[in-house]
Amino acid sequence: MNEFNWTYIAVVVVGIFGLFAFLSTVVISLTWYERKTLARIQMRAGPSRVGPHGLLQPMADVFKLITKEDIRPTNSSGMLFWSAPIIVFVSAFLVWLTVPFADGAVVAPQELGLLYIVAISTVGIVGLLIAGYTSSSKYSVLGGIRAAAQLVSYEIPIIVVVLAIAVLVQSLDLRDVVLGNEVTIGERVISFGGQGAIPFAFIMPLGLIVFILAGLAELGRTPFDIHHAESEVVGGPFLEYSGAHWAVFFLAEYINTFVIAALTILLFFGGWSWPSPPESIFGTALEEWQTDALGVGWFLFKTYMVVGLFFWFRGTYPRLRIDQLMAFGWKSLIPLSFVNFILMSIVIFYDWPLWTMTTFSVPILIGGLYFGARRTARKADPSTVQMYRRASRDDGGNKLVPDGTGD
Amino acid sequence: MTTGSDEGSTKRPPPITASRGRHAPDADQAPSRLTPKGEALSVLLPDVLTKYEVEIGADIDEVVCHAPASHIDAIAGILKSDERTSFKYLRLLCVVDYEEQEAAFDVVYHLYSLEHQHKMVLKGRVPASDPKLPTVTTVWRGADWYEREMHDLFGVEFLGHPDLRTLILPDGFEGYPGRKSYPLHDYDEF
Amino acid sequence: MTESGITTNVIDKGRGMADMLINMGPQHPATHGVFRMELALDSEMIVDVTPHIGYLHRGSEKLFENEIYSQIITLFDRLDYISNFNNELGLVMAVEKLMDLEVPDRAEYIRVILCELNRIASHLVFIGTFALDMGALTPSLYNFRDREKILALFEATSGARMMHNFFRVGGIKQDVIADFPARVTTLLGELEAGIDEADKMLSLGEVFVERTRGIGVIDGDVALDWGLSGATLRASGVPYDVRIEEPYSVYDRFDFGVPVGSAGDCWDRYYLRVLEARESIKIIRQALQQMEPGPVQAKVRAIARPPKGEVYVHAENPRGDFGVYLVSEGAESPYRLKVRPPSFCNLMALRDLLIGHYIADSVVILGSLDIVLGEVDR
Repeated sequence: MNEFNWTYIAVVVVGIFGLFAFLSTVVISLTWYERKTLARIQMRAGPSRVGPHGLLQPMADVFKLITKEDIRPTNSSGMLFWSAPIIVFVSAFLVWLTVPFADGAVVAPQELGLLYIVAISTVGIVGLLIAGYTSSSKYSVLGGIRAAAQLVSYEIPIIVVVLAIAVLVQSLDLRDVVLGNEVTIGERVISFGGQGAIPFAFIMPLGLIVFILAGLAELGRTPFDIHHAESEVVGGPFLEYSGAHWAVFFLAEYINTFVIAALTILLFFGGWSWPSPPESIFGTALEEWQTDALGVGWFLFKTYMVVGLFFWFRGTYPRLRIDQLMAFGWKSLIPLSFVNFILMSIVIFYDWPLWTMTTFSVPILIGGLYFGARRTARKADPSTVQMYRRASRDDGGNKLVPDGTGD
Repeated sequence: MTTGSDEGSTKRPPPITASRGRHAPDADQAPSRLTPKGEALSVLLPDVLTKYEVEIGADIDEVVCHAPASHIDAIAGILKSDERTSFKYLRLLCVVDYEEQEAAFDVVYHLYSLEHQHKMVLKGRVPASDPKLPTVTTVWRGADWYEREMHDLFGVEFLGHPDLRTLILPDGFEGYPGRKSYPLHDYDEF
Repeated sequence: MTESGITTNVIDKGRGMADMLINMGPQHPATHGVFRMELALDSEMIVDVTPHIGYLHRGSEKLFENEIYSQIITLFDRLDYISNFNNELGLVMAVEKLMDLEVPDRAEYIRVILCELNRIASHLVFIGTFALDMGALTPSLYNFRDREKILALFEATSGARMMHNFFRVGGIKQDVIADFPARVTTLLGELEAGIDEADKMLSLGEVFVERTRGIGVIDGDVALDWGLSGATLRASGVPYDVRIEEPYSVYDRFDFGVPVGSAGDCWDRYYLRVLEARESIKIIRQALQQMEPGPVQAKVRAIARPPKGEVYVHAENPRGDFGVYLVSEGAESPYRLKVRPPSFCNLMALRDLLIGHYIADSVVILGSLDIVLGEVDR
C-alpha cells in the first residue's frame, strides 16, 4: 500500500474514542450492577439515594474519585508509580479493539484476533507488578507478586482453551468463531460451523468451565481474589493509590471483567447471533442496521448475564489461599484444558461428529465434580464433633461425658 | 478448714515465707464454706508439698496455699506433676498490692485440675522493695502474658521469664500504674 | 536484635530465613480491632510472630478499685463488648458469693436467658466475621441481621442495645417486659433458621473447608498448658465447660449438650460454635418453661458492701472461661478486682498456631480464636 489510508486512520481514531466512551459507560453501569446484585444477595438495598434506584451513584463516585487528592507515597518511585495504572488500563483497553459487537461492528478487525487478545491481556500483569513493586509498601509487594504468579499461571488454561476453539473453527478470527468458517484445502472446501446452529458451549462444556474459572482467576475476582484480598494484603497493588489513579485501576478491572464475559459469549454462546434469525421472531423483514442493533443488544444482554454470574460468585464464595490457588491452576485447570484441547483435535482430525466431543467432556466434568465433593466430604465430617453431656449423679455429677447418641 | 494464723506464722523463717498477714479471719470476714472436695484437698496438700513449708487455709470456698515465693516454681511444678493433684490448668495469675499496709505484693495463682475437679489458690508473697520471684512459665506456658502484664503494671520481676518485655503499656512507660501508690489523676501525654 | 526480638528467632528450627518483616495491624481490616502482630515471612510463609497488644488498654482494673460495685457493672459491659450480659453476670456473681446472697429464682432465669441469647449473638458475630476474614461477604450480613433481632430484644428489656447495665448485685434492674417470653419464643424460631442458614452456607463448602481444615492445629495438652478455654479448648478434645464443671446460676437445672471436637483446627473451632448456638437455644427454651413469676431483686443495700474476703468466680462466656477474682476489704469498692479475660489467654497461643502457615492463614487462625480486644487489653 503506497498511499496512506487516511480514511482508515480516521475510522480507527473515531472508533477508539467511541469505544472509550462506550467502555466508560459500561464500567459505570457495571459498578451499579455489581453493587445492586451484591446488595440483593446480601438482603440489602444497595445504592438508593442518588437518582432513581441509585442509578446516578456511579456518577457521584466518579466525581468523588476525580476530585480526590492524589497521594504518592514518599518512598515510591515517581514515574513508575504513576505509569502502572496506565499500563494496566491500556492493556485492558487495547483488547477491545478487536472484539466484535456484531458482524462488522468492530474497531480494528483482525484475522489473528484471538492471538492478539491473549497476547495483549498479558501485558496488564506488568502493570500490576510495577504497581506493587514501586508503592514502597510490603502489602503491595506481596500483592504484586501474588498477582504475577496467579495471572501467569492462569494464562495457560485460557490460551489452551482458546486453541481448542481455534481447532474447532480453524480460524483465530472472532467473526469466524461466531459465524463459521470455510477452509479450502486444494480443491476441497471444508466448512466449519458457526454458532448460529449450535453454541460451542454444548460442544465443549469442559472448555467452557475451564475458561470461566481461569477467567475469574485472571480477573482476580472471588474466589480467586488473592492479589487484592482486603483481609490479607489490604488491596495489594492498589493499596497506595488514591483518587484518579485508583479510579484508572478500577476502570481497567471492570473492563477486564467485561472482556472475559464478552469472550465467554463470543467463544461459547454464539456472540451476537440470535437463537433463530430475528426476522422469523418478529415476523417482518428487517433492515441491516436493525439486525445489527438487535445483534449488539443480544450480545450485550448475554454478556451482562455472565458478568452477573461473576458477581454472584463474589457474593457466595470465600477466597482460596495462594498455594491452593496455584495447585488448582496447575493440577486441575491446566490438565483439563489440555485434555479438552487433545480431545478436540482428535475429533476434528478424524472428522468425527461434534457430539462425540460432548460425550467425552460431560463424564470428565461430572467425575471432577464428584471427586471434589467427595474430598470435601471426607475432610470435613460433622460427625467427628461429639456431643458431651453432664454425667448422671452416679458418675460423679458435674463432669462432661460423651453423649451416647452423638450428634 | 482454716488453720490458725498464729501457729502458722511462728513456724516460718522470716524473709521468704508464706504469710497470711492481714487475712486472718475476723468477725467481719466472710465465713468459710469449703465443699467436701475442698476439705479433702486441704488435707492432701501438705502431703504433696512435704518439702516446703506451706500454709494451707481457706477463703470462702477456695483452698488457699501460702507458699514461699522463692520456691514458687518448684511448688507449682509439683502441684502440676503430682498424680494426686495434677493442677494442669492455670486459670489466673495476678498480683495484689499490699504495699501500703505490709510492704509486700501477693502473687496469686488460681489453679484447676480437670481430672480431679480440684481448685485451689496458690499465693506467694514478695517484698515491695524487691519484688522478685521465679517464673512459672516453665510449668504452665499460659503464665507467659500474665507475668508480662504483671511486670508492666506492678513491677514484679519474674526471674527466668523468657521474654519479659512490656506487653500492654507503651514502650518506655515510667512507673507501675497497677500499684495503689500510682497517682490516679495525674495524666501524661505520650 | 531488634526491639521486638524477632531477629533472634529468624532461623527457627530449619523453617527457613525470614526475608520480610511485615506489620499487621493495628489498622488492618482483619485483626478484629487494634491488635498488631509482626510477622517474619519467608515469602508467604510465616517464620515468626510477635503479637503486640495494649492499644485499647484503659486501666480498667485500676478503675475498678475506685468505683462502687454498681458503677463497676458499667465498666464490665465494656470489657468484652460483644457479650455484655455474660460479663455482668461474672461480676455480680462474685459479689453475691462474697456476700452469701440468695438471688431470686426469676432473676436467675432471666439472667440465664439473656446470657444465652448474648452467647448466640456473639457466635453469630463470630461466624460472620470468620467468613469475612476468608473473603466471604454474605454470611456476615445475614448473621448481623439475626443479631440485630437479639439486640432489639435486649433494648426492649434493658434499654440499651449493647451496654446494658442491667444486672444488679442480688438480682436484675427490673422485671422483663410483659411479652418477653412470647418475643423470645418467636426470636428463637428465627434464630434457629438463621443458624441453619449460616451452617448451610459455610460449614461444608469446598473452599471454606479447604481454608479451615488442618489449619492452626493445637493439641489438647498444649491447649491446656496455654490456658485456652471455651470452644477453642474444646475443639482440641478437652471437655471443659464451666457451666457443667462448676455450675453457676441455675445451669444445673437444664439439660444441654456441650460439643467437643477432636481435630483442634479452625474448622472444629468454627463448627463447635455453630453447635453451641443451637444448644443455647435449647437452654433458653427450658428456662422459659421453668421460669415463674416472682421478685427479681433480693434485699440488698443500695450500695453493696461485701465483707472482707476473696472470691474467684468464673462463668462460661462465649469466648471461654471468664473469671473474676475479687479481693474485698469490706469497703464499698473492691480492694482488687482482676478479670480473667478468655480472649487474652486464647490469644497467648497465637505464636504456636501461626508459625509454619501462610499469611492468608494468619487471619483465619486469628479469627478462629474469636478475640475481642476490649477484653484482651482491658
